[in-house]
Amino acid sequence: MTEETRCNAGDWVEVERVLLEPADRSKNLPPETAEKPLRMWIKGFAQAAGVVGGPMTVETMTGRLVEGTMSAINPGYFHTFGKPIPELVHVGVDLRARLADYHAAQPADAGGGANAQGGER
Amino acid sequence: MATKFDAIMARRGEIMLKALGMDYSVFEQSPIAFDYEGMMSAHGYSLDDIVGIQTRAGVGHTPLLELKNLTDVVRSMSAPGKGARIFVKDEAANMAGAFKDRRASVSIHVAKEKGYEGVIAATSGNYGAAVSSQAARYGLKCIICQETFDSRHIGQPEIVEKSRICEAFGAEVIQMTVGPELFFHMVELLDQTGYFAASLYSSFGVSGIETLGLEIAEEMTALTGAPPTHCVITHAGGGNTTGTARGLKRAGATDTQIISASVDLSGLHMASDDDFNRKSFTTGHTGFGVPFATWPDRADVPRNAARSLRYIDRYLTVTQGEVFYITEAMSKIEGLERGPAGNTAMTVAVSLARDLPRDATVVVQETEYTGAGKHHWAQLNFAKEMGVEVRSGDPTENAPGKVIVIPERPEQIQAKDFDVARMRKSYVRNALKQAPDGYVPTAADIAFLAADTNSDAAAVEAIIAELKEA
Repeated sequence: MTEETRCNAGDWVEVERVLLEPADRSKNLPPETAEKPLRMWIKGFAQAAGVVGGPMTVETMTGRLVEGTMSAINPGYFHTFGKPIPELVHVGVDLRARLADYHAAQPADAGGGANAQGGER
Repeated sequence: MATKFDAIMARRGEIMLKALGMDYSVFEQSPIAFDYEGMMSAHGYSLDDIVGIQTRAGVGHTPLLELKNLTDVVRSMSAPGKGARIFVKDEAANMAGAFKDRRASVSIHVAKEKGYEGVIAATSGNYGAAVSSQAARYGLKCIICQETFDSRHIGQPEIVEKSRICEAFGAEVIQMTVGPELFFHMVELLDQTGYFAASLYSSFGVSGIETLGLEIAEEMTALTGAPPTHCVITHAGGGNTTGTARGLKRAGATDTQIISASVDLSGLHMASDDDFNRKSFTTGHTGFGVPFATWPDRADVPRNAARSLRYIDRYLTVTQGEVFYITEAMSKIEGLERGPAGNTAMTVAVSLARDLPRDATVVVQETEYTGAGKHHWAQLNFAKEMGVEVRSGDPTENAPGKVIVIPERPEQIQAKDFDVARMRKSYVRNALKQAPDGYVPTAADIAFLAADTNSDAAAVEAIIAELKEA
Protein backbone atom coordinates (compact mmCIF):
# COMPACT_ATOMS: atom_id res chain seq x y z
CA MET A 1 0.00 0.00 0.00
CA THR A 2 1.46 3.36 -0.95
CA GLU A 3 0.61 6.45 1.04
CA GLU A 4 -0.96 9.27 -0.92
CA THR A 5 1.43 12.21 -1.12
CA ARG A 6 -0.65 14.62 -3.21
CA CYS A 7 -4.05 16.01 -2.40
CA ASN A 8 -6.63 18.01 -4.29
CA ALA A 9 -8.51 21.02 -3.01
CA GLY A 10 -11.38 19.81 -0.80
CA ASP A 11 -9.66 16.61 0.37
CA TRP A 12 -9.67 15.80 4.10
CA VAL A 13 -6.09 16.28 5.29
CA GLU A 14 -4.01 16.97 8.39
CA VAL A 15 -1.61 19.84 8.96
CA GLU A 16 1.08 20.23 11.56
CA ARG A 17 2.40 23.45 13.03
CA VAL A 18 4.55 24.70 15.88
CA LEU A 19 2.48 26.54 18.48
CA LEU A 20 5.37 27.62 20.71
CA GLU A 21 9.08 27.49 20.05
CA PRO A 22 11.16 26.38 23.07
CA ALA A 23 12.00 30.02 23.94
CA ASP A 24 8.29 30.92 24.06
CA ARG A 25 7.20 28.06 26.29
CA SER A 26 6.07 28.14 29.92
CA LYS A 27 8.94 28.62 32.36
CA ASN A 28 7.94 25.73 34.65
CA LEU A 29 8.77 22.74 32.49
CA PRO A 30 11.14 19.83 33.04
CA PRO A 31 14.18 20.19 30.74
CA GLU A 32 13.24 17.33 28.40
CA THR A 33 9.97 19.14 27.60
CA ALA A 34 11.32 22.70 27.66
CA GLU A 35 13.90 22.00 24.96
CA LYS A 36 11.23 20.89 22.47
CA PRO A 37 8.70 23.01 20.59
CA LEU A 38 4.99 22.65 21.43
CA ARG A 39 3.53 21.15 18.24
CA MET A 40 -0.04 20.59 17.12
CA TRP A 41 -1.90 18.64 14.46
CA ILE A 42 -5.34 19.45 13.11
CA LYS A 43 -7.56 18.06 10.33
CA GLY A 44 -9.69 19.86 7.80
CA PHE A 45 -10.51 20.36 4.13
CA ALA A 46 -7.53 21.29 1.95
CA GLN A 47 -7.94 24.77 0.50
CA ALA A 48 -5.75 23.95 -2.52
CA ALA A 49 -3.92 21.05 -4.11
CA GLY A 50 -0.70 20.26 -2.28
CA VAL A 51 1.92 17.72 -1.26
CA VAL A 52 2.74 16.08 2.06
CA GLY A 53 5.55 18.09 3.62
CA GLY A 54 4.51 21.26 1.79
CA PRO A 55 2.50 24.26 2.99
CA MET A 56 -1.25 23.82 3.33
CA THR A 57 -4.24 25.72 4.68
CA VAL A 58 -7.23 23.71 5.90
CA GLU A 59 -10.77 24.68 6.77
CA THR A 60 -11.53 22.88 10.04
CA MET A 61 -14.84 21.44 11.29
CA THR A 62 -15.68 24.78 12.93
CA GLY A 63 -14.89 26.71 9.75
CA ARG A 64 -11.56 28.14 10.89
CA LEU A 65 -8.68 28.43 8.45
CA VAL A 66 -5.46 26.96 9.84
CA GLU A 67 -2.12 27.09 8.07
CA GLY A 68 0.62 24.55 8.52
CA THR A 69 2.66 21.84 6.87
CA MET A 70 0.61 19.03 5.42
CA SER A 71 1.39 15.91 7.48
CA ALA A 72 -1.13 13.40 6.09
CA ILE A 73 -3.91 12.92 3.57
CA ASN A 74 -7.13 11.33 4.85
CA PRO A 75 -5.43 10.14 8.07
CA GLY A 76 -6.98 7.08 9.71
CA TYR A 77 -7.14 5.50 13.14
CA PHE A 78 -5.13 2.37 13.66
CA HIS A 79 -5.24 1.84 17.42
CA THR A 80 -6.22 -1.68 18.40
CA PHE A 81 -6.69 -3.99 21.37
CA GLY A 82 -3.49 -5.87 20.61
CA LYS A 83 -2.68 -9.35 21.78
CA PRO A 84 -4.09 -10.88 24.98
CA ILE A 85 -1.83 -10.17 27.93
CA PRO A 86 -0.13 -13.40 29.16
CA GLU A 87 -0.01 -12.02 32.72
CA LEU A 88 -3.84 -11.70 32.65
CA VAL A 89 -5.01 -14.80 30.78
CA HIS A 90 -5.28 -16.87 33.98
CA VAL A 91 -7.47 -14.38 35.85
CA GLY A 92 -10.85 -15.57 34.59
CA VAL A 93 -10.16 -19.26 35.14
CA ASP A 94 -8.70 -18.67 38.61
CA LEU A 95 -11.58 -16.52 39.82
CA ARG A 96 -14.29 -18.79 38.43
CA ALA A 97 -12.66 -21.76 40.20
CA ARG A 98 -12.39 -19.73 43.39
CA LEU A 99 -16.09 -18.80 43.20
CA ALA A 100 -17.10 -22.43 42.62
CA ASP A 101 -15.10 -23.50 45.70
CA TYR A 102 -16.51 -20.67 47.79
CA HIS A 103 -20.11 -21.39 46.82
CA ALA A 104 -19.67 -25.14 47.45
CA ALA A 105 -18.38 -24.40 50.96
CA GLN A 106 -21.34 -22.23 52.01
CA PRO A 107 -24.05 -23.83 54.15
CA ALA A 108 -27.26 -23.89 52.12
CA ASP A 109 -29.43 -22.31 54.86
CA ALA A 110 -27.08 -19.66 56.24
CA GLY A 111 -27.37 -17.00 53.62
CA GLY A 112 -24.13 -18.15 52.04
CA GLY A 113 -22.47 -15.92 49.53
CA ALA A 114 -23.97 -12.92 47.84
CA ASN A 115 -25.08 -15.20 45.03
CA ALA A 116 -26.85 -17.54 47.46
CA GLN A 117 -28.97 -14.79 48.98
CA GLY A 118 -32.03 -15.61 46.94
CA GLY A 119 -33.99 -13.41 44.61
CA GLU A 120 -33.60 -9.76 43.91
CA ARG A 121 -35.56 -7.35 46.01
CA MET B 1 10.57 40.49 26.79
CA ALA B 2 7.16 38.92 27.24
CA THR B 3 6.80 35.67 25.32
CA LYS B 4 3.74 34.77 23.24
CA PHE B 5 2.74 32.50 26.12
CA ASP B 6 3.01 35.30 28.72
CA ALA B 7 1.13 37.76 26.50
CA ILE B 8 -1.94 35.53 26.20
CA MET B 9 -1.81 34.46 29.83
CA ALA B 10 -1.73 38.11 30.94
CA ARG B 11 -5.09 38.65 29.19
CA ARG B 12 -6.47 35.38 30.50
CA GLY B 13 -8.82 36.97 33.09
CA GLU B 14 -10.55 39.20 30.55
CA ILE B 15 -10.84 36.39 27.95
CA MET B 16 -12.19 33.87 30.45
CA LEU B 17 -14.74 36.35 31.81
CA LYS B 18 -16.28 36.59 28.35
CA ALA B 19 -15.97 32.85 27.69
CA LEU B 20 -17.43 31.57 30.97
CA GLY B 21 -20.61 33.61 30.84
CA MET B 22 -20.24 34.29 34.56
CA ASP B 23 -18.42 36.91 36.64
CA TYR B 24 -16.54 35.14 39.41
CA SER B 25 -15.37 38.36 41.08
CA VAL B 26 -18.74 38.83 42.80
CA PHE B 27 -18.05 35.77 44.97
CA GLU B 28 -14.67 36.93 46.27
CA GLN B 29 -14.73 37.86 49.97
CA SER B 30 -11.06 38.38 50.85
CA PRO B 31 -7.63 37.47 49.45
CA ILE B 32 -8.36 33.96 50.77
CA ALA B 33 -12.08 33.33 51.04
CA PHE B 34 -14.93 33.25 48.53
CA ASP B 35 -18.61 32.33 48.65
CA TYR B 36 -18.48 28.74 47.40
CA GLU B 37 -22.15 27.88 47.82
CA GLY B 38 -23.09 31.23 46.27
CA MET B 39 -20.98 30.36 43.23
CA MET B 40 -22.45 26.86 43.01
CA SER B 41 -26.05 28.08 43.00
CA ALA B 42 -25.55 31.21 40.87
CA HIS B 43 -26.67 29.40 37.70
CA GLY B 44 -30.14 29.26 39.23
CA TYR B 45 -30.87 25.62 38.30
CA SER B 46 -32.40 23.39 40.96
CA LEU B 47 -31.37 19.74 41.12
CA ASP B 48 -34.71 18.92 39.48
CA ASP B 49 -33.97 21.38 36.67
CA ILE B 50 -30.64 19.62 36.07
CA VAL B 51 -32.30 16.20 36.06
CA GLY B 52 -34.64 17.60 33.39
CA ILE B 53 -31.81 19.04 31.27
CA GLN B 54 -29.96 15.72 31.45
CA THR B 55 -32.98 13.54 30.76
CA ARG B 56 -33.69 15.54 27.60
CA ALA B 57 -30.01 15.26 26.66
CA GLY B 58 -29.99 11.46 26.96
CA VAL B 59 -27.83 11.55 30.06
CA GLY B 60 -28.20 9.88 33.46
CA HIS B 61 -30.56 7.20 34.81
CA THR B 62 -27.83 4.60 34.33
CA PRO B 63 -28.21 1.05 35.71
CA LEU B 64 -27.16 0.32 39.28
CA LEU B 65 -25.85 -3.24 39.35
CA GLU B 66 -25.02 -5.47 42.29
CA LEU B 67 -21.77 -7.34 41.66
CA LYS B 68 -22.50 -10.58 43.45
CA ASN B 69 -19.62 -12.57 42.03
CA LEU B 70 -17.10 -9.87 42.85
CA THR B 71 -18.59 -9.64 46.36
CA ASP B 72 -18.14 -13.40 46.74
CA VAL B 73 -14.52 -13.17 45.60
CA VAL B 74 -14.04 -10.58 48.36
CA ARG B 75 -15.83 -12.78 50.90
CA SER B 76 -13.71 -15.78 49.90
CA MET B 77 -10.71 -13.91 51.29
CA SER B 78 -12.35 -12.00 54.17
CA ALA B 79 -12.38 -12.75 57.89
CA PRO B 80 -15.68 -14.22 59.18
CA GLY B 81 -18.42 -11.57 59.22
CA LYS B 82 -16.52 -9.38 56.78
CA GLY B 83 -16.96 -8.69 53.07
CA ALA B 84 -19.28 -5.83 52.12
CA ARG B 85 -21.72 -5.96 49.20
CA ILE B 86 -20.34 -4.20 46.10
CA PHE B 87 -22.49 -2.28 43.61
CA VAL B 88 -21.64 -0.24 40.53
CA LYS B 89 -23.30 2.60 38.69
CA ASP B 90 -22.80 1.69 35.04
CA GLU B 91 -22.06 5.18 33.80
CA ALA B 92 -20.70 3.78 30.53
CA ALA B 93 -24.40 3.62 29.56
CA ASN B 94 -24.43 7.41 29.11
CA MET B 95 -24.58 8.87 25.57
CA ALA B 96 -20.83 9.24 25.07
CA GLY B 97 -19.80 6.47 27.45
CA ALA B 98 -18.94 8.03 30.80
CA PHE B 99 -20.18 10.10 33.75
CA LYS B 100 -18.56 13.07 32.02
CA ASP B 101 -21.77 13.38 29.99
CA ARG B 102 -23.44 14.68 33.16
CA ARG B 103 -20.80 17.37 33.39
CA ALA B 104 -20.94 18.34 29.72
CA SER B 105 -24.74 18.33 29.46
CA VAL B 106 -25.20 21.28 31.81
CA SER B 107 -22.30 23.31 30.33
CA ILE B 108 -23.53 22.84 26.78
CA HIS B 109 -27.11 23.64 27.78
CA VAL B 110 -25.87 26.91 29.31
CA ALA B 111 -23.77 27.70 26.22
CA LYS B 112 -26.83 27.24 24.00
CA GLU B 113 -29.09 29.30 26.28
CA LYS B 114 -26.59 32.16 26.43
CA GLY B 115 -26.33 32.21 22.66
CA TYR B 116 -22.73 31.09 22.12
CA GLU B 117 -21.94 29.74 18.65
CA GLY B 118 -19.60 27.06 19.89
CA VAL B 119 -17.76 25.54 22.84
CA ILE B 120 -14.13 24.77 23.65
CA ALA B 121 -12.66 22.37 26.19
CA ALA B 122 -9.12 21.32 26.98
CA THR B 123 -9.21 17.64 27.85
CA SER B 124 -7.54 14.40 26.85
CA GLY B 125 -10.20 12.35 28.62
CA ASN B 126 -13.79 11.19 28.35
CA TYR B 127 -14.90 14.77 28.90
CA GLY B 128 -13.91 15.57 25.31
CA ALA B 129 -16.25 12.87 24.02
CA ALA B 130 -19.02 14.14 26.29
CA VAL B 131 -18.65 17.78 25.19
CA SER B 132 -18.46 16.76 21.52
CA SER B 133 -21.56 14.56 21.80
CA GLN B 134 -23.65 17.16 23.61
CA ALA B 135 -22.48 19.93 21.25
CA ALA B 136 -23.61 17.78 18.32
CA ARG B 137 -27.08 17.38 19.90
CA TYR B 138 -27.39 21.11 20.58
CA GLY B 139 -26.07 22.09 17.14
CA LEU B 140 -23.05 23.94 18.53
CA LYS B 141 -19.56 24.00 17.08
CA CYS B 142 -16.94 22.32 19.21
CA ILE B 143 -13.17 22.46 19.62
CA ILE B 144 -11.31 19.98 21.83
CA CYS B 145 -7.67 20.64 22.77
CA GLN B 146 -5.90 17.39 23.60
CA GLU B 147 -2.46 16.50 24.90
CA THR B 148 -2.01 13.48 22.63
CA PHE B 149 1.58 12.86 21.61
CA ASP B 150 5.11 12.91 22.90
CA SER B 151 7.69 14.84 20.85
CA ARG B 152 8.18 11.75 18.64
CA HIS B 153 4.48 11.92 17.64
CA ILE B 154 3.75 8.71 19.53
CA GLY B 155 0.32 8.75 21.17
CA GLN B 156 -1.16 6.90 24.10
CA PRO B 157 -3.68 4.47 22.53
CA GLU B 158 -6.25 5.58 25.10
CA ILE B 159 -5.92 9.23 24.05
CA VAL B 160 -5.76 8.47 20.32
CA GLU B 161 -9.12 6.74 20.79
CA LYS B 162 -10.42 9.90 22.48
CA SER B 163 -9.31 11.91 19.41
CA ARG B 164 -11.26 9.50 17.22
CA ILE B 165 -14.48 9.63 19.22
CA CYS B 166 -14.44 13.45 19.42
CA GLU B 167 -13.96 13.64 15.66
CA ALA B 168 -16.72 11.04 15.22
CA PHE B 169 -19.07 13.47 17.02
CA GLY B 170 -18.01 16.26 14.65
CA ALA B 171 -15.60 18.12 16.91
CA GLU B 172 -12.48 19.88 15.69
CA VAL B 173 -9.67 18.17 17.60
CA ILE B 174 -6.36 19.88 18.17
CA GLN B 175 -3.80 17.24 19.03
CA MET B 176 -0.75 18.58 20.84
CA THR B 177 2.53 17.45 22.26
CA VAL B 178 3.16 17.33 26.01
CA GLY B 179 2.89 20.47 28.09
CA PRO B 180 0.56 22.51 30.26
CA GLU B 181 0.42 25.17 27.51
CA LEU B 182 -2.56 23.23 26.23
CA PHE B 183 -4.48 25.76 28.34
CA PHE B 184 -2.63 28.64 26.70
CA HIS B 185 -3.86 27.51 23.30
CA MET B 186 -7.38 27.02 24.63
CA VAL B 187 -7.41 30.61 25.92
CA GLU B 188 -6.00 31.83 22.59
CA LEU B 189 -8.82 30.03 20.74
CA LEU B 190 -11.48 31.36 23.11
CA ASP B 191 -10.21 34.83 22.34
CA GLN B 192 -10.22 34.15 18.61
CA THR B 193 -13.64 32.45 18.33
CA GLY B 194 -15.72 33.95 21.15
CA TYR B 195 -16.89 30.43 22.02
CA PHE B 196 -18.02 29.27 25.46
CA ALA B 197 -15.38 27.74 27.77
CA ALA B 198 -16.84 24.36 28.69
CA SER B 199 -14.46 24.05 31.61
CA LEU B 200 -14.35 20.82 33.59
CA TYR B 201 -14.19 22.95 36.70
CA SER B 202 -17.09 25.36 36.29
CA SER B 203 -20.09 25.24 38.60
CA PHE B 204 -22.17 24.13 35.59
CA GLY B 205 -20.08 21.02 35.10
CA VAL B 206 -19.76 20.06 38.74
CA SER B 207 -23.48 20.67 39.38
CA GLY B 208 -24.16 18.20 36.58
CA ILE B 209 -22.45 15.42 38.57
CA GLU B 210 -24.70 15.97 41.59
CA THR B 211 -27.43 13.95 39.87
CA LEU B 212 -25.15 10.91 40.06
CA GLY B 213 -25.04 11.17 43.86
CA LEU B 214 -28.79 11.69 43.91
CA GLU B 215 -29.46 8.59 41.78
CA ILE B 216 -27.13 6.49 43.94
CA ALA B 217 -28.88 7.54 47.17
CA GLU B 218 -32.35 6.91 45.73
CA GLU B 219 -31.58 3.66 43.93
CA MET B 220 -29.64 2.15 46.84
CA THR B 221 -32.50 3.06 49.19
CA ALA B 222 -34.95 1.31 46.86
CA LEU B 223 -32.68 -1.74 46.58
CA THR B 224 -31.30 -2.15 50.11
CA GLY B 225 -33.43 0.15 52.29
CA ALA B 226 -30.73 2.76 52.84
CA PRO B 227 -28.15 4.86 51.00
CA PRO B 228 -24.75 3.17 50.67
CA THR B 229 -22.46 3.08 53.68
CA HIS B 230 -19.53 3.84 51.36
CA CYS B 231 -19.19 5.46 47.95
CA VAL B 232 -15.90 4.95 46.12
CA ILE B 233 -15.05 7.54 43.49
CA THR B 234 -12.26 7.52 40.91
CA HIS B 235 -10.42 10.74 41.59
CA ALA B 236 -8.46 12.99 39.22
CA GLY B 237 -9.25 16.71 39.14
CA GLY B 238 -11.72 16.30 42.00
CA GLY B 239 -14.96 17.08 40.16
CA ASN B 240 -16.19 13.50 40.34
CA THR B 241 -15.66 13.39 44.10
CA THR B 242 -17.12 16.86 44.67
CA GLY B 243 -20.21 16.46 42.51
CA THR B 244 -21.07 12.94 43.65
CA ALA B 245 -20.59 13.79 47.33
CA ARG B 246 -22.71 16.94 47.00
CA GLY B 247 -25.47 14.97 45.29
CA LEU B 248 -25.43 12.29 48.01
CA LYS B 249 -25.68 14.96 50.70
CA ARG B 250 -28.45 16.82 48.90
CA ALA B 251 -30.34 13.52 48.75
CA GLY B 252 -29.97 13.17 52.52
CA ALA B 253 -27.21 10.52 52.43
CA THR B 254 -25.09 12.42 54.95
CA ASP B 255 -23.66 9.27 56.59
CA THR B 256 -22.20 7.80 53.40
CA GLN B 257 -18.40 7.67 53.64
CA ILE B 258 -16.77 9.39 50.67
CA ILE B 259 -13.75 7.42 49.48
CA SER B 260 -11.62 8.91 46.72
CA ALA B 261 -9.56 6.46 44.68
CA SER B 262 -6.55 7.10 42.45
CA VAL B 263 -3.89 5.10 40.67
CA ASP B 264 -0.51 5.74 42.23
CA LEU B 265 1.72 7.40 39.64
CA SER B 266 4.11 8.94 42.13
CA GLY B 267 7.48 9.77 40.64
CA LEU B 268 6.18 10.50 37.14
CA HIS B 269 6.17 14.17 36.10
CA MET B 270 2.93 15.17 34.38
CA ALA B 271 4.66 17.73 32.12
CA SER B 272 7.54 15.42 31.17
CA ASP B 273 7.93 14.47 27.52
CA ASP B 274 9.85 11.36 28.65
CA ASP B 275 7.30 10.23 31.26
CA PHE B 276 4.21 10.92 29.12
CA ASN B 277 4.12 7.52 27.42
CA ARG B 278 5.47 5.61 30.41
CA LYS B 279 2.23 5.93 32.31
CA SER B 280 -0.58 3.52 31.53
CA PHE B 281 -3.35 5.64 33.03
CA THR B 282 -4.12 9.01 31.55
CA THR B 283 -6.58 9.98 34.28
CA GLY B 284 -7.78 8.88 37.70
CA HIS B 285 -4.23 9.08 38.98
CA THR B 286 -2.35 10.86 41.76
CA GLY B 287 -0.58 13.11 39.22
CA PHE B 288 -3.85 15.05 38.94
CA GLY B 289 -5.51 13.96 42.18
CA VAL B 290 -3.01 15.36 44.65
CA PRO B 291 -2.18 18.74 43.05
CA PHE B 292 -5.85 19.54 42.34
CA ALA B 293 -7.02 18.52 45.82
CA THR B 294 -4.30 20.57 47.50
CA TRP B 295 -4.73 23.58 45.22
CA PRO B 296 -8.00 23.44 43.25
CA ASP B 297 -7.69 27.00 41.93
CA ARG B 298 -4.86 25.96 39.62
CA ALA B 299 -7.69 25.19 37.16
CA ASP B 300 -8.78 27.12 34.06
CA VAL B 301 -11.52 29.03 35.94
CA PRO B 302 -10.94 31.77 38.55
CA ARG B 303 -12.47 29.60 41.27
CA ASN B 304 -12.69 25.85 40.90
CA ALA B 305 -16.09 24.29 41.65
CA ALA B 306 -14.32 20.96 42.27
CA ARG B 307 -13.07 21.24 45.86
CA SER B 308 -12.64 17.63 46.85
CA LEU B 309 -11.08 18.15 50.28
CA ARG B 310 -14.47 19.48 51.40
CA TYR B 311 -15.88 15.98 50.96
CA ILE B 312 -13.13 13.34 51.12
CA ASP B 313 -13.27 11.03 54.16
CA ARG B 314 -10.47 8.77 52.90
CA TYR B 315 -8.17 8.85 49.87
CA LEU B 316 -6.97 5.41 48.82
CA THR B 317 -4.50 4.56 46.08
CA VAL B 318 -3.87 1.39 44.09
CA THR B 319 -1.28 0.42 41.49
CA GLN B 320 -1.73 0.21 37.71
CA GLY B 321 -1.32 -3.59 37.76
CA GLU B 322 -4.01 -4.01 40.41
CA VAL B 323 -6.51 -2.02 38.31
CA PHE B 324 -5.69 -4.04 35.19
CA TYR B 325 -6.27 -7.27 37.16
CA ILE B 326 -9.69 -6.06 38.36
CA THR B 327 -10.59 -4.81 34.87
CA GLU B 328 -9.91 -8.30 33.50
CA ALA B 329 -11.81 -9.86 36.44
CA MET B 330 -14.86 -7.65 35.83
CA SER B 331 -15.12 -8.97 32.27
CA LYS B 332 -14.63 -12.59 33.24
CA ILE B 333 -16.86 -12.90 36.33
CA GLU B 334 -19.36 -10.05 35.97
CA GLY B 335 -19.73 -9.86 32.19
CA LEU B 336 -18.95 -6.16 32.40
CA GLU B 337 -16.20 -5.13 29.99
CA ARG B 338 -15.38 -1.50 30.72
CA GLY B 339 -12.47 0.92 30.43
CA PRO B 340 -9.60 0.56 32.89
CA ALA B 341 -9.44 4.11 34.33
CA GLY B 342 -13.03 3.91 35.55
CA ASN B 343 -12.18 0.68 37.37
CA THR B 344 -9.74 2.45 39.68
CA ALA B 345 -12.51 2.89 42.24
CA MET B 346 -13.58 -0.73 41.69
CA THR B 347 -10.10 -1.92 42.63
CA VAL B 348 -10.14 0.21 45.78
CA ALA B 349 -13.63 -1.16 46.56
CA VAL B 350 -12.34 -4.75 46.49
CA SER B 351 -9.67 -3.88 49.04
CA LEU B 352 -12.03 -1.78 51.17
CA ALA B 353 -14.96 -4.23 51.17
CA ARG B 354 -12.74 -6.99 52.48
CA ASP B 355 -12.35 -5.19 55.83
CA LEU B 356 -15.96 -3.99 56.14
CA PRO B 357 -18.85 -5.92 57.73
CA ARG B 358 -21.02 -8.04 55.42
CA ASP B 359 -23.99 -5.72 55.79
CA ALA B 360 -21.97 -2.69 54.65
CA THR B 361 -22.73 -1.51 51.11
CA VAL B 362 -20.05 -0.13 48.81
CA VAL B 363 -21.07 1.70 45.65
CA VAL B 364 -18.50 2.25 42.91
CA GLN B 365 -20.04 5.25 41.23
CA GLU B 366 -18.87 4.91 37.63
CA THR B 367 -17.73 2.81 34.74
CA GLU B 368 -16.48 4.14 31.40
CA TYR B 369 -16.74 2.82 27.84
CA THR B 370 -14.07 0.58 26.40
CA GLY B 371 -12.92 -0.15 22.85
CA ALA B 372 -9.85 -0.26 20.66
CA GLY B 373 -7.05 1.68 22.36
CA LYS B 374 -9.11 2.38 25.43
CA HIS B 375 -8.72 -1.08 26.85
CA HIS B 376 -6.43 -2.64 29.43
CA TRP B 377 -4.84 -4.95 26.85
CA ALA B 378 -4.08 -2.01 24.54
CA GLN B 379 -2.57 -0.04 27.41
CA LEU B 380 -0.43 -2.96 28.57
CA ASN B 381 0.78 -3.82 25.07
CA PHE B 382 1.70 -0.16 24.63
CA ALA B 383 3.52 -0.08 27.98
CA LYS B 384 5.63 -3.05 26.85
CA GLU B 385 6.46 -1.27 23.58
CA MET B 386 7.55 1.80 25.57
CA GLY B 387 10.00 -0.32 27.58
CA VAL B 388 7.94 -0.69 30.74
CA GLU B 389 8.34 -4.14 32.30
CA VAL B 390 5.04 -6.02 32.76
CA ARG B 391 5.13 -9.08 34.98
CA SER B 392 3.10 -11.18 37.41
CA GLY B 393 3.90 -10.97 41.07
CA ASP B 394 3.49 -8.89 44.17
CA PRO B 395 2.00 -5.45 43.39
CA THR B 396 4.06 -3.83 46.14
CA GLU B 397 6.95 -4.17 43.65
CA ASN B 398 5.18 -1.75 41.30
CA ALA B 399 7.31 1.20 40.12
CA PRO B 400 5.41 3.80 38.04
CA GLY B 401 6.98 4.18 34.60
CA LYS B 402 9.29 1.21 35.12
CA VAL B 403 7.42 -1.90 36.28
CA ILE B 404 3.75 -2.86 36.17
CA VAL B 405 3.14 -5.85 38.42
CA ILE B 406 -0.08 -7.80 37.80
CA PRO B 407 -1.27 -9.55 40.98
CA GLU B 408 -1.34 -13.35 40.95
CA ARG B 409 -4.20 -13.58 43.45
CA PRO B 410 -6.94 -11.15 44.56
CA GLU B 411 -5.54 -11.22 48.12
CA GLN B 412 -2.62 -9.18 46.84
CA ILE B 413 -4.87 -6.21 46.07
CA GLN B 414 -4.26 -3.78 48.91
CA ALA B 415 -5.23 -0.15 48.64
CA LYS B 416 -3.04 2.31 50.54
CA ASP B 417 -4.23 5.30 52.54
CA PHE B 418 -2.96 8.62 51.27
CA ASP B 419 -2.49 11.01 54.17
CA VAL B 420 -5.50 13.37 53.98
CA ALA B 421 -4.23 15.41 56.96
CA ARG B 422 -1.10 16.18 54.98
CA MET B 423 -3.21 17.20 51.98
CA ARG B 424 -5.22 19.59 54.19
CA LYS B 425 -2.02 21.17 55.42
CA SER B 426 -0.69 21.54 51.91
CA TYR B 427 -3.99 23.10 50.82
CA VAL B 428 -3.90 25.67 53.64
CA ARG B 429 -0.31 26.59 52.74
CA ASN B 430 -1.31 27.11 49.09
CA ALA B 431 -4.37 29.18 50.06
CA LEU B 432 -2.33 31.45 52.33
CA LYS B 433 0.18 32.00 49.51
CA GLN B 434 -2.54 33.79 47.50
CA ALA B 435 -2.75 36.61 50.05
CA PRO B 436 -0.29 39.53 49.98
CA ASP B 437 2.72 39.43 52.34
CA GLY B 438 1.78 40.32 55.89
CA TYR B 439 -1.94 39.61 55.41
CA VAL B 440 -3.44 38.20 58.61
CA PRO B 441 -6.27 35.71 58.00
CA THR B 442 -9.54 36.84 59.58
CA ALA B 443 -11.99 34.66 61.48
CA ALA B 444 -14.03 34.47 58.26
CA ASP B 445 -10.95 33.26 56.36
CA ILE B 446 -10.35 30.57 58.99
CA ALA B 447 -13.98 29.47 58.73
CA PHE B 448 -13.66 29.29 54.92
CA LEU B 449 -10.46 27.23 55.13
CA ALA B 450 -12.10 24.90 57.65
CA ALA B 451 -15.06 24.33 55.29
CA ASP B 452 -12.74 23.94 52.31
CA THR B 453 -10.78 21.22 54.11
CA ASN B 454 -13.67 19.49 55.90
CA SER B 455 -12.07 20.29 59.26
CA ASP B 456 -12.63 22.92 61.96
CA ALA B 457 -11.27 26.33 62.95
CA ALA B 458 -8.96 24.87 65.62
CA ALA B 459 -7.41 22.47 63.12
CA VAL B 460 -6.83 25.27 60.58
CA GLU B 461 -5.32 27.53 63.25
CA ALA B 462 -2.98 24.72 64.31
CA ILE B 463 -1.84 24.29 60.69
CA ILE B 464 -1.27 28.04 60.32
CA ALA B 465 0.77 28.13 63.55
CA GLU B 466 2.83 25.16 62.37
CA LEU B 467 3.47 26.79 58.98
CA LYS B 468 4.62 30.00 60.70
CA GLU B 469 7.17 28.09 62.76
CA ALA B 470 8.58 26.28 59.75
